[in-house]
Amino acid sequence: MKEFADIIIEAAARNQALRIRGGGTKDFYGGPLMGEILDTRNHQGIINYEPSELYLTARAGTPLGEIEATLAEHDQMLAFEPPHFGAGATLGGAVAAGLAGPRRASSGGLRDFMLGVVMLDGRGQRLSFGGQVMKNVAGFDVSRLMCGALGTLGLMLEISIKVLPRPRAEVTLQFELSASQAIERFNGWAGQPLPISATSALAGCARVRLSGGDAAVKAACQTLGGERVDDTEAHIHWASLREHTHPFFTESAEPLWRIASPPTAPAFSDEQLIEWGGGQRWWHTRAPDTIVRPLSQALGGHATLFRGEDKPKVFAPIDPVSLGIQRKLKAAFDPANVFNRGRLGDL
Amino acid sequence: MTNDPVSSQSAPGLGFFARLAQVLPPHGLLTQQEDLRPYECDALTAYRTLPLAVALPQDEAQVIEVLKLCHAARVPVVARGAGTGLAAGAMPHEGGVVLSLARLNKILAIDPLARTARCQPGVRNLAISEAARQHGLYYAPDPSSQIACSIGGNVAANSGGVHCLKYGLTLHNLVRVRAITIAGEVLEIGGEAPDAPGLDLLPLITGSEGLLAVITEVTVKLTPKPQTAQCVLASFDNVMTAGEAVAGIIAQGISPAGLELMDQSATVAVEEFVRAGYPLDAAAILLCESDGTPEEVCEEIARIKSLLEAAGATEIRVSQDEAERLKFWAGRKAAFPAAGRISTDYYCMDGTIPRKRLGEMLAAIAQMEKKHGLRCINVFHAGDGNLHPLILFDANAPGELARTEAFGLEILALSVKLGGTITGEHGVGFEKLNAMCIQFSSAELQTFHAIKHAFDDKGLLNPGKAIPSLHRCAEFGGMHVHQGELKHPELPRF
Repeated sequence: MKEFADIIIEAAARNQALRIRGGGTKDFYGGPLMGEILDTRNHQGIINYEPSELYLTARAGTPLGEIEATLAEHDQMLAFEPPHFGAGATLGGAVAAGLAGPRRASSGGLRDFMLGVVMLDGRGQRLSFGGQVMKNVAGFDVSRLMCGALGTLGLMLEISIKVLPRPRAEVTLQFELSASQAIERFNGWAGQPLPISATSALAGCARVRLSGGDAAVKAACQTLGGERVDDTEAHIHWASLREHTHPFFTESAEPLWRIASPPTAPAFSDEQLIEWGGGQRWWHTRAPDTIVRPLSQALGGHATLFRGEDKPKVFAPIDPVSLGIQRKLKAAFDPANVFNRGRLGDL
Repeated sequence: MTNDPVSSQSAPGLGFFARLAQVLPPHGLLTQQEDLRPYECDALTAYRTLPLAVALPQDEAQVIEVLKLCHAARVPVVARGAGTGLAAGAMPHEGGVVLSLARLNKILAIDPLARTARCQPGVRNLAISEAARQHGLYYAPDPSSQIACSIGGNVAANSGGVHCLKYGLTLHNLVRVRAITIAGEVLEIGGEAPDAPGLDLLPLITGSEGLLAVITEVTVKLTPKPQTAQCVLASFDNVMTAGEAVAGIIAQGISPAGLELMDQSATVAVEEFVRAGYPLDAAAILLCESDGTPEEVCEEIARIKSLLEAAGATEIRVSQDEAERLKFWAGRKAAFPAAGRISTDYYCMDGTIPRKRLGEMLAAIAQMEKKHGLRCINVFHAGDGNLHPLILFDANAPGELARTEAFGLEILALSVKLGGTITGEHGVGFEKLNAMCIQFSSAELQTFHAIKHAFDDKGLLNPGKAIPSLHRCAEFGGMHVHQGELKHPELPRF
């Protein structure tokens, strides 16, 4: 720990950039990589986990796989289903990236499960925000500000996160629906008290995962109809969407765009993979950002160049008022701009 | 850096008030003492201050003009919703303007398919659910003041409620906030599309207690209304056993819609008041609610019932119809007014602790009652460890308020020591500034001030609230117990 603080203080004094890195599984994501690597992987281990308290505290370098295996022993899970994108993904990396998997639309995103952080800021100061309890409104909610900040505000040392019980029953249903029909149906269903935990639509095939108690899942199957997908196949399907190992992702060499949109926004291509009840749409295209961004904006959303080479233009531009504040926040946490320079767009 | 940079400011001239009156509608500016009186405090009436003026804009454009004028004249601004806060967060600044958002009270749009409602900040919490009902939807967070409290105030406080155990806090039910900076600029935060680019400012503005920007529009998520709900009322002959039963339910993977605990002093107080039918010989009672489809509820209630039996409940009742369910809840919801009925004044604390430390906390509170010579009745959002001990006192009895404050501070200090926090849902406001010195180090408090500075560099929005100045903490003398560790950052902290 002393080492981390010293490295940060020295880097700030030398105006040297540091690149915080765990397993490196998300190196592809975000802006260009700059600076000396600050490796978090030796700072690992679960510090506290009590199933009846529904939280887990671990060092940032703890492998995500280890955390999920420990939770599974107690029939619990990280409900936001963070993508690993390769072996060696760490908890710190997952929080920094702020990404979530298929359960996002029903359970909430990573940020919704964040409870507390112990971190070093750009001065090497050790700071603790939030905690382990679910309800905590003392001071500004800094721990959740760290989610998706791509390491630009500080080095996370310890992370406390809310965990949830795994559903007792799970069934996936399949429907033949166009993209437009799927979006309409997903949103309609989401307005009913149904235990939907994930949705996907691709090439005329829509899938819906139901999770919950046996009785609730059984009743929902009767309400929704459709064709039941084999459990093993269903499991592989949702895991492959989460980890981008699905053929949709692996069989195209074109840049991959992630379009976040209001869930009810109309479909504009049947070649997209739709998730989150319509809130997340993946699109392989060589169309330039001058085409993709206005199109996404017209839907009321924004586009991220998720996998592609045009690094400086990964994220949608931020309006000037918000950007001004975000830059001041960055300077407040990291006055010498030590951490992950350029990784989060214009920040 | 300090959060009270305006105290040395000279009072604004008459021209300032004339300009304020010009940008506001007729009767939109109050400056006479009798008109200002209703605004001197929020629901924590122990702390009062008269402002210079109260501004009552009717739309966002007027809010912007008021903020621009105050910014130019360096006049503090305290934004106010319904004034139902319990931490003196909306207590006026003696040299400032109260900016009431009460007249911005329209629901601008409900989108039943996308399940969102776009509201002005003065819309009442319950009004959103009432408007959404026709679509089978509702707004889930239900603070106890939901009849009166405003959605803008809910965002400023990150309000919770009985059902937040299952449905989350205000933050978890928001998609977008539109706010005006002190300089009068429009700040859009979040959006109907998930994961807006850049830093996520939504968790910062949520719970920011009016220190960062003035909220003018809120888009909330709406939730499908559960088809049915049922409540279990369980009695225990020991508070500790009841606390363990709570941990047992959560550990079994059940997410009740609500899980509340009341001790005997609380059940006795409310029973006299509302006749909820609570067993008065029980040392503690638990209320555990399940909601969802009829199949779901039936299955979950059966599991809850058998867990409570195994945990040593002495009596278990399951609500047989909606009337009985509401009767069970009526007692819990009447806890605060019941306290007000048996005592001239009461002081509500809001610490949160890990669930498993509940017994320890209750034993300590019993000791503190003797030490301070004051009675305390205990109601808890047990499912998430959020305590509301109600300290009974008489504000007119010399020295009682000071003793009450000391009692309260001791509870909060113990909450921090047990691994919890000084406030779970009511906020810091003016009330808990000293307790903040216990929970946070100087470096952490400085970070909070720096965050405020990023939004409000002149320190004009609700100054002197939520984040204590370092000077105040030094005077209070109760600096953070971990402060010594900061000098030795190499030491691990478990």
